Amino acid sequence: MAQAMTFTYTVPGDDFTRAGEASSSIKKTLKKIGVAPDVIRRVAIAMYEGEINMVIHAHGGQITVEISSDQIDMTLADTGPGIPNIELAMQEGWSTAPDDVRSLGFGAGMGLPNMKKYTDEMTVESTVGVGTTVRMRVYVHQ
Amino acid sequence: MTVKEIAERCGFAVACGGDGLERAVTGVFCCDLLSWAMGRAPADSAWITVMGNVNAVAVAVLADTACLVLAEDAVMDDAGLQKAQAQGVAVLRTALPSFDAGLAVHTALAAEGV
Repeated sequence: MAQAMTFTYTVPGDDFTRAGEASSSIKKTLKKIGVAPDVIRRVAIAMYEGEINMVIHAHGGQITVEISSDQIDMTLADTGPGIPNIELAMQEGWSTAPDDVRSLGFGAGMGLPNMKKYTDEMTVESTVGVGTTVRMRVYVHQ
Repeated sequence: MTVKEIAERCGFAVACGGDGLERAVTGVFCCDLLSWAMGRAPADSAWITVMGNVNAVAVAVLADTACLVLAEDAVMDDAGLQKAQAQGVAVLRTALPSFDAGLAVHTALAAEGV
């Protein structure tokens, strides 16, 4: 791939039926340009978890994905309530999701841990009352 | 072994099929927590769950499972079926409990040496 491609998505808040549209779209693009299936799966999982987090906790947000020949960078930014304790939020099983979200099958406290597990690099910046930005990178060639 | 063959062998009904029925199945996975399934369902597996909603379909697509099998007579809502149709995800149904449905798939795959 000669040139990097950039995609931007708006994730609507509180709409579970549309969560996953951005990840599905990126998955199709990566498939089209011939990225390895395992890499596509990792990107799709990490991004979907991010989308769900935005829907549950932040009333939506923006996702920017940059695809180059070496790596796929995802930036998920929201203006939600922020994460008071990132270390705690990164622990499997820790969740602040409400009961109605749990009844849909989410809120198991696996979002951020899954995002870390399936990406090569991940940083979380968050300020309470301002918002959260998650940056994830997956290398194309493992 | 294809999704269609799994359905026939295990006696599962097809709630939504299309091209997804021709997809190869190489394993089986049981889980109802979507985030858990998202991170752990193996690609190309038959995913057994009772979560019949649009988000389960999204997880099946993104985790790249071969199909969704709704156990315990669980039903897929209309939005879920529409999404499954659009995304080419086969959805099967059975009255069996999750464990028995998973065992049926495992047994069918083992008989074929998968």
